[in-house]
Amino acid sequence: MGMLEAITLSVIAASTPLLLAAAGELVVERSGVLNLGVEGMMIMGAACGFAAAFFTGSTLIGALAGTCAGAALALVFALLTLGLAVNQVATGLALTILGVGLSGLIGAGFVGQRIAPAPHLFLPVLIDLPGVGRILFGQDAFVYGSVLLVAGIRRFLFRTRAGLALRAIGDNPASAHALGYPVLRVRLLAVLFGGACAGLGGAYLSLAYTPFFVPGMTAGRGWIALALVVFASWRPLRLVGGAYLFGAVSILQLHAQGLGLGIPSQLMSSLPYLATVLVLVLISRTRGTAGSAAPASLGTAFVPDR
Amino acid sequence: MRKSLITVAIGAMALAATEASAPAAEKLKIGLIYVGPVGDFGWSYQHDVGRKGLEAALGDKIETTYLENVNEGPDAERSVEQLARAGNKLIFATSFGFMDSTVKVAKKYPNVMFEHATGFKRAANLSTYSGRFYEGRYIQGVIAAKMSKKGVLGYIGSFPIPEVISGINATMLGAQSVNPNIKVKIIWVNTWFDPGKEADAAKALADQGADVLMQHTDSAAAMQIAAQRGILAFGQDSDMIKFGPNSQLTSIVDNWAPYYVQRAKDMLDGTWKSADVWGGLKSRLVTMAPYTNMPADVKALAERTEAAIIDGLLHPFKCPVVDQDGKTVECKGGTYLDDGQILSMNFYVKGVDDKVPGK
Repeated sequence: MGMLEAITLSVIAASTPLLLAAAGELVVERSGVLNLGVEGMMIMGAACGFAAAFFTGSTLIGALAGTCAGAALALVFALLTLGLAVNQVATGLALTILGVGLSGLIGAGFVGQRIAPAPHLFLPVLIDLPGVGRILFGQDAFVYGSVLLVAGIRRFLFRTRAGLALRAIGDNPASAHALGYPVLRVRLLAVLFGGACAGLGGAYLSLAYTPFFVPGMTAGRGWIALALVVFASWRPLRLVGGAYLFGAVSILQLHAQGLGLGIPSQLMSSLPYLATVLVLVLISRTRGTAGSAAPASLGTAFVPDR
Repeated sequence: MRKSLITVAIGAMALAATEASAPAAEKLKIGLIYVGPVGDFGWSYQHDVGRKGLEAALGDKIETTYLENVNEGPDAERSVEQLARAGNKLIFATSFGFMDSTVKVAKKYPNVMFEHATGFKRAANLSTYSGRFYEGRYIQGVIAAKMSKKGVLGYIGSFPIPEVISGINATMLGAQSVNPNIKVKIIWVNTWFDPGKEADAAKALADQGADVLMQHTDSAAAMQIAAQRGILAFGQDSDMIKFGPNSQLTSIVDNWAPYYVQRAKDMLDGTWKSADVWGGLKSRLVTMAPYTNMPADVKALAERTEAAIIDGLLHPFKCPVVDQDGKTVECKGGTYLDDGQILSMNFYVKGVDDKVPGK
């Protein structure tokens, strides 16, 4: 296995949880809801996913449990912000704190336990293709799932009527409501979908990335996922680029250190964040279709008049 | 009517509270602050094992509280103060980055006794304590050099503080005693605890040819990567053999309970004094997990090395210590570097082909 292939494999592993969580949040925000609780939903997914996989020995059931746990926490958020029109920012922050605490409680009994890592696809012959074999044909299901997920989201948002309605609701819920679209129901589904994706991203951490559970193991990845949505200016394809760029910079800086290039490690550790800031500046300066596609009523509550 | 009911209720509650707290007030309240979650299975986990040992040993004479996941920096000051205000008379702050916060709070609460792990600032009511982990690291270096086929070790560092740098140096000096040409690759992750990042660093080191991994971070992620890659590794803080049954060579296991029990007893007897305690293999504050996954001769060598350190026949920083620029380090401890030099170490020894970050 060549060095480039090895690095690429690490980059894919590091990017996948970010991509999964950010893809869900992108749909949530496109519907006009800002859920800052991604970190909390992710860590719940990690805890519940590990617990389920530990008891059943099945990665699939673990992933499903993680997905459901994320969605369940998102339901709490939906009840408060959609049902009672509570402030979304405050509720999202509270959701993170709740998720981190609850996952610690659920996971307490599983600390120090281990499970078999998620199985990888293995296609004989193809996997031995030089350079790309392991990258294309030797990943675990989460990686393929994340790519399909983004492709599906892109198709849904821009090629279907329902996707158009969702975007309309994100831009102007009052008009969408007047046209007869069920604003709150669409937002509810979007929030649940976002929670499910965050939960799946969390489950990836405890089932495939580092197959064990420890409290706080998401270590801020939920926040990075949130930043990636802005970084991608709410566009699915850019989200893939952003997640992989972030993953690449964070892996390459480790390799640069191992090679002893003599660049201060503190600077290297901050590179992914510096890159994010730089791209944000570039996007905000761009006008027209290439620029930001921020939903016009992002983060504002909508109360139907009847 | 309603108002008077409330008054009665509050009165009853107050009464209940005083009744409940009266016997509790005689108990010695002890507070601990952890930098990570108690479930990190590493550094904070071991401190909590120490806390449990404290409760087991002194039972109803004491009452312990802990705060986990406390960020180093300004947040820590609030947490230390919170414990002091809550009536804890003995407070253990268990991470290097809590140092300045603990110093500040200790000034404000002269009647509360503080203990700061791995630091160097003391006061009349502020002790420091730590383990001579470098002794264990020296043994690991000896084993690593024996076991590495490629002669390349991979080292995952947290922050470039003296504690971690002296660990790298002790490892290298141990390794050089076996193989003078041993190489080490160092990756700093700039965090104590981020399993994903620790795993990424372990992968990068393995990809670059390191075949024995060691870490100064708090989770078992690197051990798991070593197991996946079929290479060898050392655990950290606790016995991580479960995560790498065919990979773990040994692990430094922190054993805080005896120290915590001693200090709590001192408080109960009224003999607590500010001190600087630095226990090693000899006082069993630092212990080694069983030597596994190595041939008998390497195991014997490891055991001999451990015995020599315990008996004082071998000091990891025996003079002359030469830094990476070829300069001989001043020998303040007579025949070895003194504790002050080890506690403030900010240079690599000869043979480390890297630079101390920020230097």
